[in-house]
Amino acid sequence: MPLALRLEHVSFAYGHGAPVLRDVDLAVERGEFVAIAGPNGGGKTTLLRLILGLEQPTSGRIEIAVERRGYLPQRAQTAIDAPLTVRELVGAGRVARSRLFGPLRASDRTAVREAIERVGLQARADRRLSTLSGGQQQRAFIAKALAGDPELLALDEPTTGVDVEAQEAIAALLRQLGQELGMTVLYVSHEFGSVEHFVERIVLVREGIVFDGPPSALPGVWHDPSHVHA
Amino acid sequence: MLDLEFMRLAFGAGIVVGLLAPAVGFFLVQRRLSLVGDGIGHVAFAGVALGYLLDFPLVLTALVVSMLGALSIEGLRARRRTAGDQALALVFYTGIAGGVVLVSAAGALNVNLFQFLFGSILTVTRSDLAVIAGLGAGALAVIGLLYRPLVAVVVDEEGARVAGLPVAPLNALTAGLAAVTIALAMRVVGILLIAALMVLPVIAAGRVAWSLRSTMLLGMGIGLASVLTGITTAYYADLPPGGTTVLVAAATVLVAESISLVRR
Repeated sequence: MPLALRLEHVSFAYGHGAPVLRDVDLAVERGEFVAIAGPNGGGKTTLLRLILGLEQPTSGRIEIAVERRGYLPQRAQTAIDAPLTVRELVGAGRVARSRLFGPLRASDRTAVREAIERVGLQARADRRLSTLSGGQQQRAFIAKALAGDPELLALDEPTTGVDVEAQEAIAALLRQLGQELGMTVLYVSHEFGSVEHFVERIVLVREGIVFDGPPSALPGVWHDPSHVHA
Repeated sequence: MLDLEFMRLAFGAGIVVGLLAPAVGFFLVQRRLSLVGDGIGHVAFAGVALGYLLDFPLVLTALVVSMLGALSIEGLRARRRTAGDQALALVFYTGIAGGVVLVSAAGALNVNLFQFLFGSILTVTRSDLAVIAGLGAGALAVIGLLYRPLVAVVVDEEGARVAGLPVAPLNALTAGLAAVTIALAMRVVGILLIAALMVLPVIAAGRVAWSLRSTMLLGMGIGLASVLTGITTAYYADLPPGGTTVLVAAATVLVAESISLVRR
């Protein structure tokens, strides 16, 4: 499979602080579903932000071979006070794929409807986001990212504050969507127990990459919760 | 009341500003930048003072200086070198201090200045109305055409950036629209109160609306109703129109809040 992205000897520090990431090498193929896990403060989110171009590396090289990218930031929730419907949220994710001026075209409205259906929220499309459960809100944000037809979907702790059942349901949904749409999925989580069964590959980050392989080869010591807060 | 030309002109200017101020304020409120209008308003004061000093049209100098202030706030905020409220404080106080110094240098500490600080809608001339209507309609057309990308940035700025939207130009556009609104609304409610007309109708609308779009449209409706009610009340009760308009807008927030509480 062709590569979706490649990082070579990437290091990063915020300002003049200590390096958050050192000498990271990573290659991800198109269509892969990769979990990026590791302790809090280990550099997972920074790695994702570097891949998405939201931060620039201090040194090293980042090559991204996909054009359309979707992003679900940590604790995805909109800061706005006004009532926002699911359809409006998902429609906002379609803007980059449609014309900039004027209303959405019929084809864009169809894409928005399909994205809502893919996450199973069609019955709640015109409901206000604030009236949905945490898991449903996360699904709405996933639909927003899907509305842009992303080749790469990056999610940062998408299941924070969501119960275990909903965490597994979201991970299963992402795996299914990745397979159906041929999308590369990067899933950052410190609670990787819920995604372990759905991903092909886990990358453990702790200032650098300390493990990269299938979940079955993950050293048992990493299942010790104490590492999560190391 | 409408037999009097100055009242017809006042209503004409009020209608434009009543619709435009909440339409622009909608984007500021959702980005939690409600006080930006106040900051730019104080910069506009420096623009008015500069106009007195250079003997230039005051709306023009206020517009140019407001635009520079608005883009400075946005630039400082976007580079994350300064927190949003600190960027606002810097521009806010520089604007008011610069205005005081310039207006003193121009020897213009007089009643005319009060027209801009507290509004003087009853002195709007035909040419003033032409400028307000032309620029106001242009600003509303821009908002109508770019509503979706502006909303996409408001809803999720980083997501929009990752998806490839031109976030920095869209934010600069919002700041520019705020500057235009303030320059146009100076005569209606005054520099010190213009931010209220951008923010209060949107807050009221947010309490009773059912979607983002309805919040904006209801906000524009409340803004318009506040201005029309404010001018009419001021005419019959011999009150200052700017302050009366803002008090009406504040009252709509209380009414909307009550409706929202009853519906819960």
